[in-house]
Amino acid sequence: MIEADRDICIGAGMCALTAPEVFDQDDDGLVVTLTDEPGPESTDAVKEAVQLCPSGALRLAGS
Amino acid sequence: MAAVLPTRRDNPFDPPPDLADEERPLRRLAFPDGHTGWLVTGYALARAVLADVRFSSRLELRRQVVRRTETDEIRPGKPAPPGFFIAMDPPDHTRYRRLLTGQFTVRRMNQLRPRVEQIVDEHLDAMERTGPPTDLVSAFALPIPSLVICELLGVPYADRQRFQHDSAVLLSLDATVEDANAALASLTGYLAGLVERKRGEPADDLLSGLIEGGELTGDELVGIAMLLLIAGHETTANMLGLGTFALLTHPDQADDLRSGRVDEDKAVEELLRWLSVIQFGTTRTAAEDVELGGEVIRAGESVAISVPAANRDPERFAEPGSLDLGADAHGHLAFGHGVHQCLGQQLARIEMRVAYGALFRRFPALRLAVPPQEVPLRDDMSIYGVHSLPVEW
Ligand code: HEM
Ligand code: SF4
Repeated sequence: MIEADRDICIGAGMCALTAPEVFDQDDDGLVVTLTDEPGPESTDAVKEAVQLCPSGALRLAGS
Repeated sequence: MAAVLPTRRDNPFDPPPDLADEERPLRRLAFPDGHTGWLVTGYALARAVLADVRFSSRLELRRQVVRRTETDEIRPGKPAPPGFFIAMDPPDHTRYRRLLTGQFTVRRMNQLRPRVEQIVDEHLDAMERTGPPTDLVSAFALPIPSLVICELLGVPYADRQRFQHDSAVLLSLDATVEDANAALASLTGYLAGLVERKRGEPADDLLSGLIEGGELTGDELVGIAMLLLIAGHETTANMLGLGTFALLTHPDQADDLRSGRVDEDKAVEELLRWLSVIQFGTTRTAAEDVELGGEVIRAGESVAISVPAANRDPERFAEPGSLDLGADAHGHLAFGHGVHQCLGQQLARIEMRVAYGALFRRFPALRLAVPPQEVPLRDDMSIYGVHSLPVEW
């Protein structure tokens, strides 16, 4: 389960660049998650995106 | 007594040899104004400082890390001009950044790719017409990002001589205070005039969009335009110039890039890491006492974060000292980290991904036209790179 805090997001786009099947940016540049439960094939990319996010807006809950 | 920041390089690509001390990723540093602050050279600590808003970016708290001339302004002591959000903290920073992020999304930047390709091709055509030898900086590395940022902002490229000169003075470490102030006034005047004109005749560009949004005053618009214009062309230009120099001195890797044996996207990340052109750049000042790496940074003390050193931390990167375009460089700090992480990074990535490959494919025999030791280095500038790069093919 991914939590993306749009109040913290600064729109750097690292998430959308790293795991484009899971994250996108809206017209204001802020993160939107395309799915709450990404498939196993995306796990590594999602973990990497969480780690790369410069603002700390992304969290993997229940892990 | 704490030492000053080491700045003397042994060769064009490696940071000064005495910059990083693996035993001490955090150590005391003497600033030119007499202040004793801190220097961070380790990756983990660099990330921690950049992610922590208790380490302030506010201009009035900032100290310069290096000074080349006696008259250099080593402590601005005054707040950032309106809109100049790189030197502000949240919530002021947040308000401006939020108005801009939508313009710089991964998707928006990918849409610009065809136009970037066209601009790159036009410059390669021009090089072909003029024939060798040529200076790659003035023929390729500088004009491409300049043109791209001008089109995005809506600044007439025909005016480039004016702002390229002013921004070069502002980024030079040995400009006198008078010269820097004159350049600042000239650029401010130019941009204020441009904003006025765009109010009358809006076009499909970023500045017009911000004006129409109606949330920003004229002064704020000028500050934002200035920040984007300066940050948007010198940085990428130096990555293109220095990166080409690096590839020309690593011909096997240039071959791999040309033939597609290495992934262009990965290659760009590795060049960003290995070259780390923001050589003195990122400094913060503690707004309160903060514990860091077993020390206490007292309120008011400044911390210089060495991006070149952090990006070669052996604890984070395998073989940090060698350029390997196939290596995994993700997580590098070349664009910074935290709330100020580069707003234009997705644009810079597209420009570099297009430019290096196109250059080496168009001119497979590209080589230096002078011995490598004669290439003039920008060790006197806050953004590192080459002043010029004579090439032939
Ligand atoms: C390879 C090219 C580039 C490099 C290496 C680079 C590097 C950086 C770094 C390290 C920072 C953080 C500064 C800090 O934390 O104090 C930064 C911030 C910034 N960059 Fe870049 N940059 C590049 C290209 C660009 C481009 C093309 C643009 C413009 C469109 C741009 C606009 C900005 C802005 C506006 C900020 C301030 C962001 C903020 O304070 O929130 N940069 N850049
Ligand atoms: S990486 Fe973080 S800050 Fe950047 S867009 Fe994604 S969530 Fe926002």
